[in-house]
Amino acid sequence: MSARRATVRVGGWSLRLRPRTVAVSSLLVLAALAIAVVNLSTGDFPVPFGEVVRSLLGTASDGTGYVVRELRLPRVAVAMLVGAALGISGAIFQSLTRNPLGSPDFIGLTVGAATGGLVVMLLLGGSGLSVAAGALVGCLVTFAVIYLLAFRRGAQPVRLVLMGIGVSTMLVAFDTLLIVRAKLEGAMQAHRWLIGSVNSSTMLEVALIGGALVVLLPPLVRYGRELEMLSLGDEAAVAHGVRAERSRLVLAVISVALAAVATAVAGPIAFVALAAPQLASRLTRAPGANIGAAAAMGAFLLTASDWIGRRVLPLDLPVGVVTAALGGLYLTWLLAGEWRRGRQLV
Amino acid sequence: MDNRLGARGLTLAYDGSPVVDDLHLDIADGSFTVIVGPNACGKSTLLKALARVLKPRSGSVVLDGAEIASYPTREVARRLGLLPQSPLVPPGIVVEDLVARGRFAHQRLLRQWSTEDARAVSDAMRLTKVTDLADRYVDELSGGQRQRVWLAMVLAQQTSIMLLDEPTTFLDLAHQIDVLDICAELHEGGRTIVAVLHDLNQASRYATNLVVMRGGVVVAQGPPSDVMTAELVNDVFGVPCLVIPDPATGTPLVVPVDRSRRAQGVLLPQ
Repeated sequence: MSARRATVRVGGWSLRLRPRTVAVSSLLVLAALAIAVVNLSTGDFPVPFGEVVRSLLGTASDGTGYVVRELRLPRVAVAMLVGAALGISGAIFQSLTRNPLGSPDFIGLTVGAATGGLVVMLLLGGSGLSVAAGALVGCLVTFAVIYLLAFRRGAQPVRLVLMGIGVSTMLVAFDTLLIVRAKLEGAMQAHRWLIGSVNSSTMLEVALIGGALVVLLPPLVRYGRELEMLSLGDEAAVAHGVRAERSRLVLAVISVALAAVATAVAGPIAFVALAAPQLASRLTRAPGANIGAAAAMGAFLLTASDWIGRRVLPLDLPVGVVTAALGGLYLTWLLAGEWRRGRQLV
Repeated sequence: MDNRLGARGLTLAYDGSPVVDDLHLDIADGSFTVIVGPNACGKSTLLKALARVLKPRSGSVVLDGAEIASYPTREVARRLGLLPQSPLVPPGIVVEDLVARGRFAHQRLLRQWSTEDARAVSDAMRLTKVTDLADRYVDELSGGQRQRVWLAMVLAQQTSIMLLDEPTTFLDLAHQIDVLDICAELHEGGRTIVAVLHDLNQASRYATNLVVMRGGVVVAQGPPSDVMTAELVNDVFGVPCLVIPDPATGTPLVVPVDRSRRAQGVLLPQ
């Protein structure tokens, strides 16, 4: 047996791991944590690393503790958790649709969430938590519509992607209409939200996205293995004991829920869901969705983008601008690579 | 029990009119059953229903005395395996990992790789002669190698009944024989094999039981030497032919009649 796989056995239990995947994921998490500490220590009021650690442990002075825990920690935590959620969401959807472009930001889920948020913000005059609720509802409704439109003898992957792109285009047009018809102040606020940002995160947002991850983790672990089998095609999956249609729906709902909560908390952040799973599987060189590695990569990407947006560039840019710019570069590279290898994405 | 698997009044349809109509069939245990018939006669559809991949419109498939739909799907997967006509190769997967996925029905969340799993996978790879390919990427293999890998995956499932949907289509002659020989070996090892094939001569050679379908019903069934007659081939495929003993095996050999003679209504050169 080669070293690509390692088996851990305890009594009658056994776990099968890929050492390379474990190493890559651990390094990504460590890198994300390191950048997070940098983000906690830098700002208008610099805090030395030692003080950061003491603040987190609750043994620093009140002032420093307030800055680190109350002002900076929520932003840093939301960046990591939203990144992880988007990574997972993208990994599931790309695997279900067997297409790197089948990620939530491409097939209209993020746009649906944005529309939901905008409707609440501009038409109903809501703000804060109600915008998040709007985004959540928008995302779920959009998915239901896409799923039902694509459903004929089962939800076929290509139909899901094409239907998603179609619906998403209509929703973008509707979003533009909403903004154009809004008052200047509302339009500016809407535009800021649409970029996607973790700037004004509070502990409430941390609880929302953290709670979603905790609740969805058990079904994710349970159905993650079936995701591997679904990639063999429905007939083979059923033949090996997977209830394909149900399993696909459960996985899709987990993915949609994560994308929805992430968008509700941080606005429609571009490209993390698309890029994180692809980068993760290139680094791990493992087949399949690589959900764990994608989550680690998502957390790293978003934390790093937040750091670049705040510290590297001359102005304090929202994280969505950075991810969009990096994502554009990445997508170009991905497409060029696939063409060189003579493969087609769609 | 003589027939663990069978169809009772099976009617199958996709959207419109039935593809298979009120079909009864018993698969004898330990048989090498080959289903033949013209394109669109419902043979692959029947195989899918036997593997509970396709839900019947009416009637039922019976496995071990109970309706197949009444079992948990994982339980069925431990008794009966299916090699679909065109399974998808997950990108970037190597042979050994693909074969290992054949163990899914036997695994649990906290029992992901037992010693039986390891043994079943290495046995399956040895039987199908893919052990040397273990670290190769599946999407870089030739069609013949790939088909052996898929067979290994179904084999790793360790089911006593194996259903194979056109396992030799798209393979050259050498690889067709390769795959059929492996099937024959598995059959000799005690497994029940049900395969859909196109080549009537290969079907006659390898099958112990031949099932001939046309228009969604079984028109003949039995040992190839009884079933495969010139009359039946003309009837079912509309091809005038001679059926002679295969010089190599003595099984029926179907020889279609030459085009110019067919026009004259004469079968043999005079």
